[in-house]
Amino acid sequence: MLVLERVSYTPADRTCLEPIVQDASLELRDKHLYVITGPNGGGKSTLARLIMGIIKPTSGRVLLDGQDVTDMTVDERARLGIGYAFQQPPRFKGLTVRDLLTLAAGNRAGDQDVASLLLSVGLCPKDYENREVDATLSGGELKRIELASILARNLRVAVFDEPEAGIDLWSFRRLAQTFEEMHDKSDATIVIISHQERILELADEIILVADGRVKELRSRDEVMKDIRDEEACRCSLETREGVEEHVGYFRQN
Amino acid sequence: MSAILDRIDQRLLRETAGLHSIPRGAYNIRKNGVGIARESTANIEIRSKADQSGIEVIVKPGTKNESVHIPVILSAEGFSDVVTNKFDIGEGSDVLVVAGCGVHNSGSADSRHDGIHEFLIRRGARMRYVEKHYGEGQGKGKRILNPVTVINVEEGGVAELELVQIRGVDSTNRETRISLSRDARLIVTERLLTNGEQDAVSRISVDLVGDDSTARVISRSVARDRSSQVFYFDLRGRSRCRGHVQCDSIIMDEAQVRSIPEISAHHCEAQLVHEAAIGRIAGEQLLKLMSLGLTREQAESTILDGFLK
Ligand SMILES: Nc1ncnc2c1ncn2[C@@H]1O[C@H](COP(=O)(O)OP(=O)(O)OP(=O)(O)O)[C@@H](O)[C@H]1O
Ligand SMILES: [Mg+2]
Repeated sequence: MLVLERVSYTPADRTCLEPIVQDASLELRDKHLYVITGPNGGGKSTLARLIMGIIKPTSGRVLLDGQDVTDMTVDERARLGIGYAFQQPPRFKGLTVRDLLTLAAGNRAGDQDVASLLLSVGLCPKDYENREVDATLSGGELKRIELASILARNLRVAVFDEPEAGIDLWSFRRLAQTFEEMHDKSDATIVIISHQERILELADEIILVADGRVKELRSRDEVMKDIRDEEACRCSLETREGVEEHVGYFRQN
Repeated sequence: MSAILDRIDQRLLRETAGLHSIPRGAYNIRKNGVGIARESTANIEIRSKADQSGIEVIVKPGTKNESVHIPVILSAEGFSDVVTNKFDIGEGSDVLVVAGCGVHNSGSADSRHDGIHEFLIRRGARMRYVEKHYGEGQGKGKRILNPVTVINVEEGGVAELELVQIRGVDSTNRETRISLSRDARLIVTERLLTNGEQDAVSRISVDLVGDDSTARVISRSVARDRSSQVFYFDLRGRSRCRGHVQCDSIIMDEAQVRSIPEISAHHCEAQLVHEAAIGRIAGEQLLKLMSLGLTREQAESTILDGFLK
């Protein structure tokens, strides 16, 4: 279980003193899949970076299975089984996809494993294994490789930051399946930052983050019902408008 | 090979020429100023120049998939060696030339090798040239390498150069000059790492003389500690040609890097591009690798190794 205890974060270089994450408390349980959603700039990625240890909270604590990891570095947390798929993954000149995935797997991965990882994110191993993770990869390709680098690891807490961004529609279904499988098969706590309904549907619980605060934590069914109601509303409105348009057309002629 | 080469020599050869045993094909091994082993083949002749100032390598026209190894080793402390070698790469041939210099200096006097290589790549021939420089030894004496490489590529010829200096050379001043005729093609990849108090200067100048000639220079370097690097790139378009220089340096610690590019067009259809960048290792790159469990040091060396690969 991963626990955030009243975590706040104010960047040192910021002139405005308002924290960008404020008093966030969360209990994220094993074998559960959480989706964090909310408006742009709300503080979702900041929360993820606090979990990975890329940034340190200004106040509050982070605990993994009861162990205080607040002062641990990124690599120490990584070795305890925390992983983070970047929203904007960096590119590396000279490092191949195979190099990166082998590192990710802790050098345990053979060629076979690298190939199956690539397949699981919908990339043909033959075409990508030896490509460099540099500026020649497209945005979507880079995101898939980032995803594979997290799937390669045996994690206790896996955080994915908008994994669907830049991924085409067809592969998106595949992606949702990948998360579903991970959820079924592993004991990990899975956290996905997403704006997509199809991903929200996978959640055991949905966390709404806005204005740097954890606004609410609700079950998927409640949230999905709200979304559907809203959609049904909009849909019937559109239909009504559409009908009136037609009626108007016939009246005029 | 062990009869003429001791263990230090063998290691130097491994580092510079990738040699684990006597190479196949033609070779000439020079140690402390004298040739100690030489072999010509049916298609590649190696002979001493009349004035004894170096060797001549003559590749017969049409020779395919053959190689020439010409490593130089300096293991006597305080030795200064000057050599001028000439290469005639025959029409339509396709060969690999592996040069390089390994210096072992455990004394207090400087060891130095100034090697001049002149190539004529004849019509339609292709040459891959790999030059590796390597130094070792604990002595206070410096290990100094100043190579000059001059290449003329005739019509339709191809020159691919790989210039690598990754370890142990205290001071280097290298000069590479290439002239390209019609339809000739050049690819240069340069890899350089300096650390400690080392300094390196590299000048690469390319004349695109003939129409439809192309040149691509990719230089990557890493400067650590208090070392310094200076790069000069000079690309001159004298015809309807295309040229591209891309140089990238990672700077660390208190090192210094200067990159001085020049591109000049003397023809209205010359297309020349220069890209240069100097910067630290990107923080996000380190964080990404650390988030996979690598320590900061491991992450750093992974990034540098990849960059210089
Ligand atoms: N180092 C920083 N200095 C100043 N402001 C920052 C810093 N890091 C983040 N912010 C700001 O904090 C807010 C939260 O950013 P964050 O990246 O966490 O948002 P997000 O919820 O992930 O948004 P999105 O949906 O667009 O990815 C934003 O307004 C952002 O501009
Ligand atoms: Mg974000």
